[in-house]
Amino acid sequence: MAWGGASSLEEKSGTLTLRLREKGIMAKLYWNLDQPGKRCMLSGNEAAARGALESGVQVITSYPGSPSVQILECLAAVGHERGIYAEWSINEKVALEIAAAGSFSGIRALSVMKADGLNVALDFLTTLHLSGIDGGMVILVSDDPGAHSSVKEEDSRYLAPPAHVPLLEPTGPQDTKDILIWAFDISEKVGLPVIVRLTTRICHARATVTLGRIRTGKGSPRFPVETRFITAGRFHPDAHKKLDLLQDQFEASPFNLYTGAEEPELIVFTSGVSHAYALEAVERLDVGERIGVFKIGTVWPLPEGLVLKVLKRSERVVFFEEIEPFLEDQTKILAAQHWDDVGPLTFLGKRSGDVPWVMKPRGMGEMDPDITTQALAKALDIPFKPGAVRIKEEIKRLPEMDLPLRFPTLCPGCPHRASYWAIKTALELDGREGVALGDIGCYALGVLPTGYGTIRTVHSMGSGLGIASGLGKLKEMGLDQPAIAVIGDSTFYHAGIPPLINAKNTHSQCLCIILDNDTTAMTGHQPHPGSGLTAMGEATPPVPVAELVRGLEIPLTIGDPYQVEEVIQTILGLLGKGGPQVLLLQRECALKAGREQVFPRVYVDQEQCLGDACGCSRLCGRVFSCPANIWDEEAGKAMIDDVLCMGCGVCASLCPEKAIVVESERRKNDPGF
Amino acid sequence: MTLDFDPLNIIVSGVGGQGNILASDLISRAFCEEGYFVSVGETYGATQRGGSVVSHIRLSRRRAYGPLIPLGESHIIIGFEPLEVYRISREYGHDAMRVIMNDRPFYPLDVLRQQNDYPDMEQLVSCIRRLAADLKIIKGTDLAKKAGHAQTQNVVMVGAFAGSHWVPLGKERFSKALEETFSDAKLEVNRRAFESGYQAAL
Repeated sequence: MAWGGASSLEEKSGTLTLRLREKGIMAKLYWNLDQPGKRCMLSGNEAAARGALESGVQVITSYPGSPSVQILECLAAVGHERGIYAEWSINEKVALEIAAAGSFSGIRALSVMKADGLNVALDFLTTLHLSGIDGGMVILVSDDPGAHSSVKEEDSRYLAPPAHVPLLEPTGPQDTKDILIWAFDISEKVGLPVIVRLTTRICHARATVTLGRIRTGKGSPRFPVETRFITAGRFHPDAHKKLDLLQDQFEASPFNLYTGAEEPELIVFTSGVSHAYALEAVERLDVGERIGVFKIGTVWPLPEGLVLKVLKRSERVVFFEEIEPFLEDQTKILAAQHWDDVGPLTFLGKRSGDVPWVMKPRGMGEMDPDITTQALAKALDIPFKPGAVRIKEEIKRLPEMDLPLRFPTLCPGCPHRASYWAIKTALELDGREGVALGDIGCYALGVLPTGYGTIRTVHSMGSGLGIASGLGKLKEMGLDQPAIAVIGDSTFYHAGIPPLINAKNTHSQCLCIILDNDTTAMTGHQPHPGSGLTAMGEATPPVPVAELVRGLEIPLTIGDPYQVEEVIQTILGLLGKGGPQVLLLQRECALKAGREQVFPRVYVDQEQCLGDACGCSRLCGRVFSCPANIWDEEAGKAMIDDVLCMGCGVCASLCPEKAIVVESERRKNDPGF
Repeated sequence: MTLDFDPLNIIVSGVGGQGNILASDLISRAFCEEGYFVSVGETYGATQRGGSVVSHIRLSRRRAYGPLIPLGESHIIIGFEPLEVYRISREYGHDAMRVIMNDRPFYPLDVLRQQNDYPDMEQLVSCIRRLAADLKIIKGTDLAKKAGHAQTQNVVMVGAFAGSHWVPLGKERFSKALEETFSDAKLEVNRRAFESGYQAAL
């Protein structure tokens, strides 16, 4: 957003608000207005924050993860005003523990995480049904169908049963706000935490939402003297009783709704945003009188009596839901148990192939109104083809044109580009087919051309370092390839410290390169323990990465990624040394630096540039691949796009003809944008 | 005045970093204030930086629609970049599609890396013209520079969309959304940007 003319109204009110603006949360803080009944545009994330305010939440915790990263930011921004404690925790498990502290002390607590984060928190989550809770406790989990900003499409609904935690799914921003309030009530009534599952098309959608009344929290927390929260297997029957107790609540839930014909030819079972796509399919095919739509908000455990009642209305059921066929499977299990009563039934869904898995650029778990319309048309035997008629015909007559795709790129001036250049070059010079392993963050783009395809493994937070330390042990069995792990600073705090200690303990021969850009960049510059700033904008003593590594007595080298030649030599040297080594490459995220600092002007001296006669193969643009290094077609020489250039000067150090000039005089970044 | 279609579907198309979200935010808030049901679907996040981005805006007098426009159902495309406009029109363009577009190219990394060529601009524009029932070309970036900053091309294009009068919404609704978003010097620059786009599209 920093490039996009995004701006702020109330920037004087504090940096947090400003940072919200920079990330797409603009205009007034609508989610914080004391105007019940007001209709306004809210994103799903903002609506979730509003729902928390209308529930009287007093503790909110999270680790940044897309698509739900803004929820905590919205609440932290108004935390002081509303008497809320908000924190960016070191990881999701700790975040959930902090939230539990609030619940155990009798106040309402919310923890927000993406699906991947729920895995991290799962060890703790699976104890809470046994220990019990006190104040209402809700976990907002965001799944990412289509993997828009994730490495995988995990369906977190499957984790609700082993955790014995009820799970709800809203259908859009308004429903998100409303269901959250209900989730807190349910949580307190049955004494279990409740998961509310969001998906990308809810979090990142915006819609008209009618505000309710903001509720003040219960007040002073107190850990009860007479109560204990103990996890033990002997409490297992109690958890099952709680889930049984939940059935009545779920049966009567306003978030389950059947609409349509009394005895339809076909019933659509649907949850989440797919409900909107289902309604649209019915409208497009004009089949409102032939079918029924059953929206299920209480997805696990299913409201059994209600589901059975709906199943009796028809002999055919089709399922619309995002990612895996969870609702489909749960319904089939229930139907099998009551087959004499509800059968025979035909189930159309992802299992039967009647609802297709449609592969999109990054995944196949996302639904849309064309998938639902096509599936419904097929089930009802109605001809339907998506797309415009005239345009499709016209395209056939248009000249063939190659349309270059746009892959995500590291930003101009990104220190990771320089780091990858150095790592790639060092591994080539080393000549032993060494491997670089990565994980999750902006630097995962190291698998793409923008990072020269340097990264050879990507899995989960911190896993590159774990794998590298494993490879480092295989040396004793004859594996002679050097192993490098790259890990970002925020990821290092989150999940990098245990594998590093492990490498030290086993004397594994690996090199850990920490790409320290002083922020959690990928999700939009949230602070981490090294930043010296809390989520609520207060100063706190930082925990520097360097001090942590020194404390472990692991050899540490510190470098500046912009000094590419120096870093190459350093890496080459470290690859020859035994035991784990840490190279800490420190340089602030260029996007963040560009907002706050002045930077030098960099330009190509076209007198010096030899153009294609140089033999460098357009090193600065084509090879180094910085978007600011463009080609002047007229002159046949390199040039720099001064709108995009951040002035890092790395290309100047690479140019064989020294034709790129970094002006010593610094110019001021335009403060307005 | 009523919408030509209900729901009326609008796509804002551009490249990550050009300010899609601000543009769709201004438009959606303007319609929300007028009492419409508005739904917006966005693609954003760090993984989209430099990638193709779209915002789906859906307006209705009757009910709230889902955040995604079906294929072939976009009635209006507001484009910040011609290659992206062509890409999106082929898939999402309605037969009565109208396009308002900034014709300044933004080269993909693949083009800079000489892995691929950017299409010939004249041919690209002529293809878009054949798909669209109506095409308005706006020198969005030039106007933005004149207004005070190249990055305000998104606001120029929102102004141009308002000036096209393809939707039944008064200029003051857009202006109010702008005023709620910006203040002081930035508001002035953005007001100029909006106005220049508005005039250019009349």
